[in-house]
Amino acid sequence: MAGRANLVGALAFVLVAAIAPSLPAWLISLATIAFANALVVLGLVVLWRAGLVSFGQALYYAIGAYSAALLWRLLGVTDAAVMVVGGGAAAALVAFLVGLLLARYREIFFAMLSLAVSMILYGALVKTEALGSTDGFNVAPATFLGHTPAGQARNLWLFWLTLGTCAVAALVVGGYFRSIAGALAVPVRDNELRVEFLGVSADRLIHAKLTLAGALGGVGGALAALAVGHVDPNMAYWTTSGGFVFVTILAGASSVAAAFVGSLLFELVRSYAVDILPGTWQIILGSVLLLTILFLPDGIGSVLSRRARPPEAQAR
Amino acid sequence: MTILSVRKLEKTFGRIVAARDISLDVPAGQTVGIIGANGAGKTTFVNMITGHLRPTEGTITFEGRDIAGLPSRDITRLGISRSFQVAQIFPSLSVFDNVCAAAAIARGPVSMLGRATTPLRSPQTLAEADALIDLFQLASFRSRRAATLAQGVRKLLDIAMAVAAWPRLLLLDEPTSGISIEEKFAIMDVIMQALKSRRITILFVEHDMEIVERFADRVLAFYDGTVIADGTPERTLADPNVLGLIGGARPAAAPARTADV
Repeated sequence: MAGRANLVGALAFVLVAAIAPSLPAWLISLATIAFANALVVLGLVVLWRAGLVSFGQALYYAIGAYSAALLWRLLGVTDAAVMVVGGGAAAALVAFLVGLLLARYREIFFAMLSLAVSMILYGALVKTEALGSTDGFNVAPATFLGHTPAGQARNLWLFWLTLGTCAVAALVVGGYFRSIAGALAVPVRDNELRVEFLGVSADRLIHAKLTLAGALGGVGGALAALAVGHVDPNMAYWTTSGGFVFVTILAGASSVAAAFVGSLLFELVRSYAVDILPGTWQIILGSVLLLTILFLPDGIGSVLSRRARPPEAQAR
Repeated sequence: MTILSVRKLEKTFGRIVAARDISLDVPAGQTVGIIGANGAGKTTFVNMITGHLRPTEGTITFEGRDIAGLPSRDITRLGISRSFQVAQIFPSLSVFDNVCAAAAIARGPVSMLGRATTPLRSPQTLAEADALIDLFQLASFRSRRAATLAQGVRKLLDIAMAVAAWPRLLLLDEPTSGISIEEKFAIMDVIMQALKSRRITILFVEHDMEIVERFADRVLAFYDGTVIADGTPERTLADPNVLGLIGGARPAAAPARTADV
């Protein structure tokens, strides 16, 4: 099962990477942002499997973005891979520290507390003039292992980097879901008492999930900062967090691939919606979410995994 | 050899004394029944030994090691497992996946990094899960979602998961509560056979005197937070104090509140 999913994923990765040069420029830019955001969504899926919804995941997105941008601004780093790893590491560290508190909470308390922490960062960024306050600041064009592509070639390189990062993340998270700690998500959601009496701390399991989700959020934020060439406090704002939760519901928690498909679909729908109803595009997005919840309550992933699973496993 | 040794154990909640002056030794391999009316302190006693409650006073020594006040997950790792009055299972998983999760935790690494990189479904885990399914005669429910199980099967699953941790001491809190009279003996037979085959020392809380008489080597009678009688089933159940204060100790026969002892 795992082997087949990895094979399909690898084929999709090679195919998309190969046809990328012949795709229109707008689609490459859109897909880069979509896949960068998908990493944040993947982190939310990790939490959601354990029954937790974070309304503050933009915290790690912004930490990753600002860290990548500051690596350039303070240390002169322009290598994209270093900036992405740096962004992910900084966000993982913050997630670990926030997790010391957050891992003790569940349900609405968890959701609201995660939101509160992200809004503290937003407020701090808005008030920090050295980081450009509400305007944020620009990020220099990235280089790739000493290579400095220009124009559309740079977008393409960045897309490949994003795609490669997503492939690694999908592999890591897929492996995590099959691991003891990863597979204990449903037991933690179902019955923490039994988990504790089997010899595992539910809080520690959740703390690890928070850190993993934070790292993914940071990597996504760093990639987004490179793609946009700019960071600003809105990356930490609660509506950004809400957008990630939106995509998570659209994608569902059943498969890793769904996070990427869902995020791409979301960006496409949004860009068409803005085209069709420039002032009121939210109506279309809202309707899409409503229809998803009504007809695909387990998200797009449920369609993907229904095909993959033997019929016996479907009967519940 | 003594596996469990309890001295001067006490638990108070504010002014309420839930357990007081409990001292006893349990030799390895014994099956100990615990009787007493509701509120006599039986579950408090079980909760203190398994780390669910921290004793106010006293020591609990398991295999020569003081375990009083340790968190339940550490006590589980040391070799004491338990089942619950209300079966504690994972309702949205299948019976097999329930047992698998328990077996994987017991067999897998303890560090978080180890747990995050070791697959849950290793060949050893699957084999152990299969063995537990057979041991507790759960084969016909194997792929059923645990939420849909009848009470008796839930109890078996709860105990199977506790046994997955390879305990040397197992505490069962009312293993037959909520099970019909016709099924009780059959289910207890399955449980006791399984536990004996793994040489597990057993402490079980039970209201049904016939069950206690049939399965226990030794019976402790609890009243008002302490042990008022301790001996073979024949002796304890015939003890005038036990007869007077606990009666038949069936739920129907509530203790007569005659006087403070």
